[in-house]
Amino acid sequence: MAGVSPEAARLQAEPAEPLVEVIGLKQHFPVRASFAERLLGRQTRWVRAVDGVDLTIARGETLGLVGESGSGKSTLARSILRLYEPTAGTVRFEGRDVTALPPRELRPLRRKMQIIFQDPFASLNARRTVEQIVGLPLAIQGMPRQEIRRRVLEMLDKVGLSPSHIHRYPHQFSGGQRQRIGIARALVVNPAFVVADEPVSALDVSIQAQIINLLQRLQAELGLTYLFITHDLSVVSYISDRIAVMYLGRIVELAPAGDLFARPLHPYTRALVSAVPRLGKRGGRRERIILEGNPPAPIDPPKGCRFYSRCFLPEKNETCRSVDPPLAEVGGGHRVACHAVAGTL
Amino acid sequence: MTSSTPAVNPEVLRRRWTGERVWEAISDFWRRFRKNRAAVAGAVVVLAVVWAGVLAPWLAPHDPTEANFFNRFRPPAWMEGGTWEHPLGTDQLGRDILSRIIWGARASLAVGGVVIGFATVVGVAMGLVSGYYGGRLDAAIQRLVDILLSFPYLVLAIGLMGVMGPGFVNMVLALVYKEWVTPCRVVRGEVLAAKNQEYVEAARAVGASDAHIMWREILPNVLSAVVVVATLRVAWVILMEASLSFLGLGVQPPTPAWGSMVASGREYIFQAWWMATFPGLAILVTVLGINLLGEGLRDALDPRLRE
Repeated sequence: MAGVSPEAARLQAEPAEPLVEVIGLKQHFPVRASFAERLLGRQTRWVRAVDGVDLTIARGETLGLVGESGSGKSTLARSILRLYEPTAGTVRFEGRDVTALPPRELRPLRRKMQIIFQDPFASLNARRTVEQIVGLPLAIQGMPRQEIRRRVLEMLDKVGLSPSHIHRYPHQFSGGQRQRIGIARALVVNPAFVVADEPVSALDVSIQAQIINLLQRLQAELGLTYLFITHDLSVVSYISDRIAVMYLGRIVELAPAGDLFARPLHPYTRALVSAVPRLGKRGGRRERIILEGNPPAPIDPPKGCRFYSRCFLPEKNETCRSVDPPLAEVGGGHRVACHAVAGTL
Repeated sequence: MTSSTPAVNPEVLRRRWTGERVWEAISDFWRRFRKNRAAVAGAVVVLAVVWAGVLAPWLAPHDPTEANFFNRFRPPAWMEGGTWEHPLGTDQLGRDILSRIIWGARASLAVGGVVIGFATVVGVAMGLVSGYYGGRLDAAIQRLVDILLSFPYLVLAIGLMGVMGPGFVNMVLALVYKEWVTPCRVVRGEVLAAKNQEYVEAARAVGASDAHIMWREILPNVLSAVVVVATLRVAWVILMEASLSFLGLGVQPPTPAWGSMVASGREYIFQAWWMATFPGLAILVTVLGINLLGEGLRDALDPRLRE
């Protein structure tokens, strides 16, 4: 866990070519006031699911994205893929601004950015066969049927499914097999960038390892770049080169995987890391940080630091309450959004 | 998992939708359908009624419009004074009731089938568009639906037929005018539930068009609901046809229709109960059979219920 993979070391050493650049991305959803509320002069309010995220993902790396439920992880991923229309900000893919593209030009780009979903039951259409599901991205390109079948079979083989599965329906498979179908669908078009949105959290632990190994093998084989979303810290530490921690629509800490676990800086990250169960005596007994309360509602986020209400640092003061801390570099590619840590108190 | 991959005959993978595969799909469907006894019974009834309508000229023992004043109010064969010449008796004009019921199946099935056919096509299209796009379009369509729903069905149909005049085509129009609302609402509701499913998002993520998502991804998932609604509503429409014919607005005499037979039988219910009872039973059995068939179809068509 602590060791940095050679790949990550290389990425840190030379400024790698960025594949995906996210600049000031915001994704707000309206909460419509009811008719009665509007009569009383109440305005439409906004849920700030993602509220100003800057992120760069280098070609070939795996960026882990962690955070609790409702922190905006999945929303961020879907905004990057433009499954949602972002409220503000820019997403660049291979240097091209994706946010401004008209639908017609967006379509060919979709092939290069794919997503693997969390729920292998909801993400496969029960009425379509494996061939139709995995072959859909190819059919959209207008590929002839024989060619589609050949490619689908090839892909099924790559993800460890049998060619005889091609005419079956999703309900005839187990959860792990379904997730393999989902992976095949995402990879059949040879994407460069793949969002894995909690791809193993719906699976049994014994199956999780299989799927993660499969994802790693495919990454090596096909040269994929992953944005790996999870709330499971042991999974993310295993697969990621770098890890970003999200809290209430913002990234609060971003660091190489080993570094983040060895030296968590943001109080929220420290609480998260202290909660990871460990076997044996390695690292000894650690203090357990138990956060109190719940995160504030994303409808009216606090003006200053978003973590202020749950922060346990003795240094916290008026600046934290009123000034929003920027995500500042503290050395070695480690960035953190905390006044106390960055010394801007 | 991978090591135990069975060898597959390459022929199996090369096959397409040949006659053989269509046959396989049908036999697969039939295997599941026939397990449901009630549905099979419903199918038998519906088939019997359809055949009766189609083969009426050969099946019916008499001309349904042939009056015979010396043979009025003859009771069914098993009663005193009945003859096997007229198994279900005769009416106030001496016409054979069995023959009129057999011919009357035509009117009921034609109206039921045509009305539901048009209404389903219109309703499904409107419901898909309404649920999928949402917003103002949805609001506009749904307010129209609300307006139509707020009219009592029969009153609306009577009013429309009063304006357009009686007759088969006008009856179909008057019924479709409101009938499309039901599939529209049902489909819209199903689409609202389906469009936020991840499989729709997955289709969008690979660049599928709205048309593809609506027709190929969502529609197959709402189809079983449509089948059930359509069959249930066929039964309703047959009742409506009967009601309109009962009121003298639908199928015009002397063409036989179950509803108008019940209507004329009503006047003689104490003298000749069979005049109203047998066409009424025909309506009942047909409607029941269609409902049983509809539920059986729903269960057999859903791949999640297979095995």
